[in-house]
Amino acid sequence: MTAETVTAAAGVAPAAPAAAPVRPGSARRVLSWVAGHLGLLPFLLYTGVFLGAPVVMVAVGAFQDNDGAFTTDNLTAAFADQFGRSFATSIELSALTAAAGAILGAILANAVLGSKPDGLLRKVVSSAAGVLANFGGVPLAFAFIATLGSIGIVTKALAGLGFDIYAGGFNLFTFTGLAIVYVYFQIPLMVIVFTPALEGMREQWREAAANLGATRAQYFRLIAVPVLLPPFLASTLLLFANAFSAYATAYALTTGVVPLVPIQIGSLVSGNVVADQQNLGKALGLGMVVVVALVMAIYAYLQKRASRWLS
Amino acid sequence: MKNKALRWTVLALFGLYFLVPMGASVEFSLRDVNNTHSFSSWGKILDEPDLLPTLGTSLWVAAGTVALTLLLMVPTVSWVHLRKPKLRRLIEGVSLLPLVIPPIVLVNGVLVVFRDAPEVINGTPVILVLEYVILALPFTYRTLDAGLAAISLPTLVEAARSLGASWPTVLLRVIVPNIRSAVFGAAFLNLALVLGEYTLASILLMDTFPVWTVSTGQSEAGVSVAVSLLSLLVAFLLLFVLSLVAGRRKASRGVA
Repeated sequence: MTAETVTAAAGVAPAAPAAAPVRPGSARRVLSWVAGHLGLLPFLLYTGVFLGAPVVMVAVGAFQDNDGAFTTDNLTAAFADQFGRSFATSIELSALTAAAGAILGAILANAVLGSKPDGLLRKVVSSAAGVLANFGGVPLAFAFIATLGSIGIVTKALAGLGFDIYAGGFNLFTFTGLAIVYVYFQIPLMVIVFTPALEGMREQWREAAANLGATRAQYFRLIAVPVLLPPFLASTLLLFANAFSAYATAYALTTGVVPLVPIQIGSLVSGNVVADQQNLGKALGLGMVVVVALVMAIYAYLQKRASRWLS
Repeated sequence: MKNKALRWTVLALFGLYFLVPMGASVEFSLRDVNNTHSFSSWGKILDEPDLLPTLGTSLWVAAGTVALTLLLMVPTVSWVHLRKPKLRRLIEGVSLLPLVIPPIVLVNGVLVVFRDAPEVINGTPVILVLEYVILALPFTYRTLDAGLAAISLPTLVEAARSLGASWPTVLLRVIVPNIRSAVFGAAFLNLALVLGEYTLASILLMDTFPVWTVSTGQSEAGVSVAVSLLSLLVAFLLLFVLSLVAGRRKASRGVA
């Protein structure tokens, strides 16, 4: 008897105290198998229709021309020239902001964990992180225009001190500017996903190491880093996926000056470009899914390794 | 970090990084003509003819998303925990898929699949409700799964069933009250997502609150920023109150 049937029996048996004892019969077993899976039917149907079908249509469309005939032209175009470059830019921006966000977020999470577990600071930071990780689009774009735009507060303050950043070649509406803005929502996301791993670090490990004569440096090199590295890398990959699929922020800030894949897809879909390139958008979309899926596969692998330590 | 001074320096620097753009937004929303400041942008908020209708749309989409999400996911996750623990990884995997599929890709497929769908679905924000349930799945699953793992579900259900409770009764009067904070958490995350989602709504041409904020930002930047700040503040306060309530519940349980 498997654990599953035990649980099932525990849940169901008391329900029919008057019924005759269950006779093991194959028909009955099939029925109970069907009944057991019936509970999952609504979920599977729902995700099939509203998630599975659209994704399948994107994948199929990526291989079709406008008349529905099979072609690989879309995919070839998606990775050539202009679009190929937008993939490179998107990946570069996501990798850069994921790394910066992960390092800074880990430092912040560590600093916050030094405070009282039920204290006000933790609650404020965790609430703020929840809000700011979802902060994006026009509000975020405006916040940075008001800060680092050509007449932003920080720009003017720095100019007052003799540093004219715009004369120095800085511009908010470029790759660098976009990266600074992305970090603003990457750090809070890192705090959210990395804090549980930091909380999993046992104080006893540090004490045990100290008792065995380890120095602080040895503790970090031999215990803290090996334990925290897998969740750290996993969180970084999640941040990568987050930046990679961000659409509203880049759209609001640069209105497409910096070529990013989501922006390209957006303009292809809304028909801002040529109307008969609908399937090119799907090919780009398929490319995005493949990139994120690769990243997530690595994420899943690292999570598995991480859970070995932190359970 | 043991060194107190260093820790507070780090926290202060991060605080500065996050607060300066917020402060700059506030200043920006207060700017008036000729280098003066006034509350005119904030005063104009209520005069915006499209603000309340779009906010209304977003709120009913949010309500619909929360309701449909809970209706679909509470029974599903409970069922998996109770009857099919082996399939937990499958359901989890499907629930996390929206993290792999960028919203801009999903909406591409949605345009094709529901092109010929009845007007009720395609021409109204109903389609947003249906798809936001999908976008919220990763958060919803994680939250409900954690909530259900924290209680002794089989014992509770067994007790209720042996006292003659029907399955709907078990679900509504035994399971839901016991995972109340997880249900609230999932509902709140759904709400935050709906009030901020721009990609699907704009490409499907739905007039929701985030779409309105963007279009208003092009003509009346001050008003747009003021409204955004207001919605951020409301979201923060909601989360903060939630964390206070959750903390108190945990603490009182610890004492008892």
